[in-house]
Amino acid sequence: MKKLPIAKLPKLFAAISGEKTLYIPAQDASGVSKFTVWQEGMTLSPALNTVRSAKDLFFPQVENLMGFKVTGKQIELLEERDVTAPFVLFGVRACDCRSFDVLDRVFLAEPVDTYYQTRRENGTVVTMACTEPEETCFCGAFGIDAADPAGDVTCWMDGENLYWRANTEKGEALTAALTCLAEGGDDAVAAQQAQTRAVMQKLPLHDLDLSKFGAGKTKEFFARPEWKQLSESCLGCGTCTFVCPTCQCYDIQEFDNGKTVRRFRCWDSCMYSDFTKMSAGQPRPTQLERFRQRFMHKLVYYPENNDGLYSCVGCGRCLQKCPIHMNIAKVIRTLGEEAK
Amino acid sequence: MQVNESWKPTIVAFCCNWCSYAGADLSGTNRLNYPANVKIIRIPCSCRLNPMFILRAFQRGADGVILCGCHPGDCHYTTGNYYARRRMTLLFSMLDFLGIEKERTRVEWVSAAEGAKFAATMNDFVATITKLGENRRLEDLRCKE
Amino acid sequence: MQGVKEKALALLQSGTVDRVLGWKAGEFFYDLTPAVFTTAEEIENDFVWSAFSAANLSKYLIQESRKGGKVGVFLKPCDSYSFVQLLKEHRILRDHVYVVGVQCDGMCDIDKIRAAGCKGVTAVTEDGDRLRVTTLTGEKTVNKQDVLLGRCTVCKSKKIVEFDELLGEQGEELTSARFDEVAKLEAMTPEERYAFWRGELSRCIRCNACRNVCPACSCEKCVFDNHDLGTDNKAAADSFEEDFFHIIRAFHVAARCTDCGECSRVCPQHIPLHLLNRKFIKDINELYGVYQAGADMDTKPPLMNFTKDDCEPSVVYERGGAKA
Repeated sequence: MKKLPIAKLPKLFAAISGEKTLYIPAQDASGVSKFTVWQEGMTLSPALNTVRSAKDLFFPQVENLMGFKVTGKQIELLEERDVTAPFVLFGVRACDCRSFDVLDRVFLAEPVDTYYQTRRENGTVVTMACTEPEETCFCGAFGIDAADPAGDVTCWMDGENLYWRANTEKGEALTAALTCLAEGGDDAVAAQQAQTRAVMQKLPLHDLDLSKFGAGKTKEFFARPEWKQLSESCLGCGTCTFVCPTCQCYDIQEFDNGKTVRRFRCWDSCMYSDFTKMSAGQPRPTQLERFRQRFMHKLVYYPENNDGLYSCVGCGRCLQKCPIHMNIAKVIRTLGEEAK
Repeated sequence: MQVNESWKPTIVAFCCNWCSYAGADLSGTNRLNYPANVKIIRIPCSCRLNPMFILRAFQRGADGVILCGCHPGDCHYTTGNYYARRRMTLLFSMLDFLGIEKERTRVEWVSAAEGAKFAATMNDFVATITKLGENRRLEDLRCKE
Repeated sequence: MQGVKEKALALLQSGTVDRVLGWKAGEFFYDLTPAVFTTAEEIENDFVWSAFSAANLSKYLIQESRKGGKVGVFLKPCDSYSFVQLLKEHRILRDHVYVVGVQCDGMCDIDKIRAAGCKGVTAVTEDGDRLRVTTLTGEKTVNKQDVLLGRCTVCKSKKIVEFDELLGEQGEELTSARFDEVAKLEAMTPEERYAFWRGELSRCIRCNACRNVCPACSCEKCVFDNHDLGTDNKAAADSFEEDFFHIIRAFHVAARCTDCGECSRVCPQHIPLHLLNRKFIKDINELYGVYQAGADMDTKPPLMNFTKDDCEPSVVYERGGAKA
């Protein structure tokens, strides 16, 4: 364990950004918190978490894949890959850090998505333990310890110090380059963890029970009548999927400017009416099927294919941002509590 | 601001079929000059102009967009240009509200007999846009090559 | 406002309606979901009317009024304008709806409560003009006025335009300062306005919440979803597409937007989208005479109307805002 007085945080940020591009959660002019490239004078956002999740850094909303130039009968392929340099992502919360595991299993499985892979390899993740969770937090339900997040480096912060623990080789390498860190801090971290874990137990959603869900439960939940009432007021917007740290669906589109055709991918949402629309038509004709797809995928289908790992991390963004406040917690309560 | 002497703006002129398109034709048969960088798109009536067309034109490289239609009262469909007039007023005001140069968009009423007015209007509009410079605020970088 | 839940119950039990459209309790006190209640038991357990019943229920009636039977609905003053606008556009079957107008003294914004320094909020109790907020770590008091939704701070009207029955007093149209923000932007230079809107619109994640929640956006197929037309656009791949979407979204509801403010309420990125709509309303009021969408069934909407001596589009060069 290493530590650093809070007052010296700017020095730490300067030291890291001397090595690599550094992203920290910061507030923009209108007070929206997001991961921003650190510059002299920028401070950490007081918000618990960023509005958009940390997946943006590895799986951006729009990403160029390739291009084509057509001259006569010749088609020339253009490399349009965005160049990514090594970067450090500071201040990732435990929930978002777990979301990288969820995304890895999708993008790093064969065939490997090299666009994602390059970003993952370039990125060093520095997590920050939580001390003051929001009432919408329920990472505990997925076995995530907000007081001891994973990542290449784990940090804790109290009123006086920042505590720093390297977990991986990447983390060690970063730590070695930072001479401003001093030894010590184990006791303070242990005390803070105990306190945080006690607070987590008091959260309104700490008792969310997932035991009814998981691999092999498709038949049990697919035809449940409650889906109708749950999905009834869904507007069919993509807010929940776009702020979600684990939603990973995308669409591949092309843009033709008359000379060059660019192929890019952009986030897609299973809540949209044209999601996975095919020439044969729309596989999920009403919002009920679309709504069901999202939650079945998170709670049943994904665990089925990934050793029981849920593709929800309990960050609570959808609870805060859904225009009509329908969310995964309500789905788990409604379907889980009545499942016998 | 650096003025590129050789730069010529791209202008898209939406012309109604019944008056302004014929006006453009007349200016041609009368051997009147207007700059070749005006690209005319014929539409059935000035009120056919969907605001999306204007924005698309800017996206695809236009530096100025002008709509020409029959004079108010002379619409082939009686009232189409009255509706277009309200829509364009509101749209132009909105573009201005977003900080996009208001001189980049214009509406002129040109009848089939006004070949000279058509040429004069285009000359004037091209001069305005040339002074204003390239469209930067509504450009799509993917179309700039 | 007392008696809203009781009214819902009475309507259902008396057989006046077959089901009730209202707000359903969630996990917390503020996360109410619009829901259809079909039994007295459901209403007893879950119906909530509070300072967080902000969701405008009128758009749901497009579908709900076509499902047979009679649906009871609760409309706040601003919701009633959306309702009438939809009636005017023949989107709602009036005969299948029983409207209870509910007077409203402003809805609260949970984000503003959080921003006021309340972390981990678990309960709120109204105490006159003050709100007592219970959090995981203690209790805090805030002024209700400070945590109202943006739209409620400049409420345009307390009048409930259409109803079968009224709860509370009928109110009046208010003189509101809602155009001040627009005027402030108009007074800036084009460069400042451009910088302002780039800052705001560049945050857009194209979640379409503003569009889908909007009672005026009731097209069966949105132009931005229409692949066959070639105008579909799932994400803004360029700054142009951010501007494009929002200009067209606002334009498509111009003169039909009642200024209910749902677009700005639901934006996850807090983009002040209502300013675009309000700009159109302000322009219409100034150029074509004062018009309030949804205020009545008869007045012709300004964009479906004209006069022979309307101003020319060149009026834009002279009026409004600092010169280039």
